[in-house]
Amino acid sequence: MLRYVALRLLYMVPVLLVLSFVLFAFLRALPGGPAIALLGERATERDLEVLEQRFGLDRPVHEQYFGYMRNLARGDLGVSIRTRRPVREELLDRFPATVELSIGAILVAVLVGVPLGFAAAKRYQGAIDQSSLVASLIGISFPVFFLALLLKYVFAVRLGWLPTIGRIDVRMLTAEHPTGFYLLDGIVTRDWDAFVSAAKHLVLPAIALGTIPLAIITRITRGATLDVVSEDYVRTARAKGLVSSVVNRRHILRNAMLPVVTIVGLQVGLLLTGAILTETVFSWPGMGSWILEAIRFRDYAVLQGGILFFVLVVVLVNLLVDISYAFLNPRIRYR
Amino acid sequence: MTSPGSAAATDRTALLSVRDLEVRFVTRRATIHAVNGISFDLDPGATLGIVGESGCGKSVSSLAMLGILPQPAGRVKAGQVLLDGRDLVGLSEHDLRQVRGGEIAMIFQDPMTSLNPVLTIGRQITEALRAHLDMDKRAAAEEAVALLDRVGIPDARRRLSDYPHQFSGGMRQRVMIAMAISCRPKVLIADEPTTALDVTIQAQILDLLRTLVDSEGMALILITHDLGVVAGVCERTHVMYAGRFVETGPTTELFARPKHPYTLGLLKSVPRLDERHHRRLEPIGGAPRDMRELPTGCAFAPRCTYATQASWEVLPLLEPTAGGDHRVACHNPVPDAELVAAGLGLGPDADGDAEDDDQWRP
Repeated sequence: MLRYVALRLLYMVPVLLVLSFVLFAFLRALPGGPAIALLGERATERDLEVLEQRFGLDRPVHEQYFGYMRNLARGDLGVSIRTRRPVREELLDRFPATVELSIGAILVAVLVGVPLGFAAAKRYQGAIDQSSLVASLIGISFPVFFLALLLKYVFAVRLGWLPTIGRIDVRMLTAEHPTGFYLLDGIVTRDWDAFVSAAKHLVLPAIALGTIPLAIITRITRGATLDVVSEDYVRTARAKGLVSSVVNRRHILRNAMLPVVTIVGLQVGLLLTGAILTETVFSWPGMGSWILEAIRFRDYAVLQGGILFFVLVVVLVNLLVDISYAFLNPRIRYR
Repeated sequence: MTSPGSAAATDRTALLSVRDLEVRFVTRRATIHAVNGISFDLDPGATLGIVGESGCGKSVSSLAMLGILPQPAGRVKAGQVLLDGRDLVGLSEHDLRQVRGGEIAMIFQDPMTSLNPVLTIGRQITEALRAHLDMDKRAAAEEAVALLDRVGIPDARRRLSDYPHQFSGGMRQRVMIAMAISCRPKVLIADEPTTALDVTIQAQILDLLRTLVDSEGMALILITHDLGVVAGVCERTHVMYAGRFVETGPTTELFARPKHPYTLGLLKSVPRLDERHHRRLEPIGGAPRDMRELPTGCAFAPRCTYATQASWEVLPLLEPTAGGDHRVACHNPVPDAELVAAGLGLGPDADGDAEDDDQWRP
């Protein structure tokens, strides 16, 4: 197992190297550049040159790349052209926000999707099954940004039940944030008002972001459960005289969860993409809105650091999924 | 043990008494008449073989007895399943749970798929113990070790924490047997327990079943398509076709003088070791009945060389033959001359004791 994990971590090195190069090249191949984005169209040639010189953008691309990689190896992600703050610092600000949002979305998807898919399979072709099929089709085909706007309009603007934007009430922005995860911060500092406020702010974005994974997880759970209920070992469990809740949980659901876990891992990558839209609609100060902003300003350092970090997270999460798979499924042993 | 037949056959209560059991599978497209009125009695410690081709309703009967027919299509349409005089049909789910595994336990065909792959076998044995005998964790684990020991699994204590995929097929079937006998059931139903196993392993598993039935005093219902399996284990044999018993009787008698053309066909299609000349195995022509509608006459008529007009029109009922306890549901039972030609019946061994059945064993 350890050997397997070490090997998988080792594989990440070439993946990240190739990706960093492609990313670096593509960003610079894009028309426009940070200087013109910052100074505007009426900037003079001279102004542009000065700015490019200051950020080393006038040097040959390969020199810039090696310089960037040298700094990266030391943990230096460079400085944002737009805000002049170190990318690392901004990343540490933004990352917890996106993680909080993503965890919220995954929780919505799993806590609703697994029971729903299971219930649909148990009453195959019944009312729950049919309506969950329709609902998940809608869930998959509904554009995230539109759903986000709709949720915001109905529940925040019209009904006023939940806040419209941000991560926490503005009056509490000064609250202590030792971890950057606002819910966790609320617990750590025992600031329950902040906790409640952060939780309320999280609800709508988490639902908006969780809808597509929810639809997918519902379908996968349903399919996997349908496969498992007709397995011989389920009949064995019934013949043993076990209570049906034990048969459902221990014998059916446990086996049906195997494909679901894989899907959850794959969803994480999609989730981060979805986060860009959701964060924009809800002004959520996370990685998504940060990167969107960076694209507009051709903020090379932010884009490189942010996207590489995205990739790193996705790869690590999938490694975690594979490891957890070995614990769930005894037939799998990694060497 | 009394013979099957009408509902009023017994004047005393058998351990398990099935009366005119009918099972249907109802789907939107069709109704499958899986079991069409079977009756039999089983005394404590008795061994009964139920033999028939795939799809004749033998497994479905046993699932129906335990109330675990595949849902939502499967249902018991009529009949009774009396265990110690209590009817299991229509019993509440709560009461049925006590019966399943507790009083009637079951072993299934394929040990490769009948054990849950993600739970240790220790867990799978102890969960049955704890459901029925109210044992604590440690006591259940100890009992599981003893059970695995008894079914011949070496190093039982260590293997408790192993998963099914770490066992061979034969060992898995031993685990299934350990699980089934764990709560000391009165009746053990073994549904094709050896079909998925190698021939050498088959013999071992049958030996084990025989030993356990003797030592535990359980009654055994052995369901199989293989006459050879029944021959070595069961005192009585019921031959099933299209959801009905077509011939019933003491195993020795039934093998020596099969009266139903279908039983004869089954016997002819079993390879025998004691024959001097190589004989071509004779398969039974045709295919099992389409069970979507019930025939008016004998269900076997389309495949039967003895069929007459009556076979097509009148349903034959189980009637005693000259052999007394031997019954057959046939308008034109196989003549004795035919049996001699097939190397069966009237030979010197015909009315010998059970040892003679060994010729059929795998």
